[in-house]
Amino acid sequence: MQYFFNWDVVWRATDKLAYGLVLGLSMATFALVVGSVIGLASALVLTSPKLKALHRPVRWYVEIIRNSPLLVLVFFVYFGLPQAGIRGLDNIGSFVLTLTLYAGAYMTEVFRGGLASIPARYIESGMAIGLSGRQCFFFVTLPVMFRIVLPSLTNNLISLFKDTALASAIAVPELTHTARWINVQTFQVVEAWTSVTVLYLVVSYLIAFVLRRVERRYAVIR
Amino acid sequence: MMTLFQPGHFLYEVWIARGVLLSGLAITVASAASIIAIGLSVGILGGLCLIYAARPIRWVMRAYVDIVRGTPVLVLIFFVFYGTAIIGIDVSPFVAGVLAIGGFCVAHSAETVRGALESIPQAQSDAAKAIGLGFWGRLVHALGPQAVRRALPPWINTAVEMVKGTTLLSLIGVVDLLLAAQQAVSRSFMAMEFYGACLVIYVVICLGISQLGARVERRLAYIRY
Repeated sequence: MQYFFNWDVVWRATDKLAYGLVLGLSMATFALVVGSVIGLASALVLTSPKLKALHRPVRWYVEIIRNSPLLVLVFFVYFGLPQAGIRGLDNIGSFVLTLTLYAGAYMTEVFRGGLASIPARYIESGMAIGLSGRQCFFFVTLPVMFRIVLPSLTNNLISLFKDTALASAIAVPELTHTARWINVQTFQVVEAWTSVTVLYLVVSYLIAFVLRRVERRYAVIR
Repeated sequence: MMTLFQPGHFLYEVWIARGVLLSGLAITVASAASIIAIGLSVGILGGLCLIYAARPIRWVMRAYVDIVRGTPVLVLIFFVFYGTAIIGIDVSPFVAGVLAIGGFCVAHSAETVRGALESIPQAQSDAAKAIGLGFWGRLVHALGPQAVRRALPPWINTAVEMVKGTTLLSLIGVVDLLLAAQQAVSRSFMAMEFYGACLVIYVVICLGISQLGARVERRLAYIRY
């Protein structure tokens, strides 16, 4: 069988590809930011002896999300929740909600590890110069923890960006969906999937490249 | 009791769809097992190539690992699924999907194996050399056993990811557990119940593997350098 390359089909879909790329990146970034808030809150709950009653539910949330396939969660939220009377989310909103909850569970583990790896002497030093517990938390614990977890934030952003590919399963017009669209419209299979693969790769490595520099700038001296 | 098995009740719908649900579960298990087997066996070879192979092979392997790890699995699956068709190779969606996810798993385990081998102190390799072991002898008797212990926890993590990844097969028409549930949903409109049940099954499988991983990690925690 003869295959004729025709890269025009990709160039003609530039606007769709650009839109898909921006949509994917924004969904991933939103999920990372809000997921980090969820993750930080959960991690603080897990490390606080006063909130022992909440440890179990938070642990369950983290373990269940981390051990379930994202696609099943997406379907559960998109098709299942409206049945329970929770309506008003379109496909993008429902996917973003799922991805955010998903990111929250992963970020919990990241922040928990970050909090655990702060050297005790930092907090002791804070106490020694007369900071209150609250001040110590905001001026010592939090900034140091963010510096420690920065590499994990980068990794999570990249993997969330790759996870946005699953949104195509509920017809969110992101990159993978666009590739499928080119594929079924023109049957230029190789062009469609190669261009999207390259886009994913370039963007992932670009994120990594930029954020690694930021990481180096804020690296903790240990 | 009988009312539970009336049409329109979840249990009744599950009973009606039991055949496809069970075969879906079997497909899920079979695909996950083949993906993990491919990933482990070829991944070990790949990891060795990343460190010890001649330069051109090493570069090819490096490029493969970096490209595959930077691409969403779903894109790989579609690429292999539609790509094999266009170059005239006739493979079933199951085979195409398992090859795609297997290729992804290979890249990840190669990277794990490389990391595990490279994290072993040079002194170990030197000591093995000093007692007269050749390359394979060093690998099998000195570096291998230590590397396996280090690679096991991240590798079990990868195994969980692969079980989760098999759900993507449903998007190219492999009737795995998820697509079987989807078919049941389209008949009964019980999205919540069926996807919920699906979720429970996946969580049980993955949590089982994760717990196994945690146990292995605890067992091996005594090894320090």
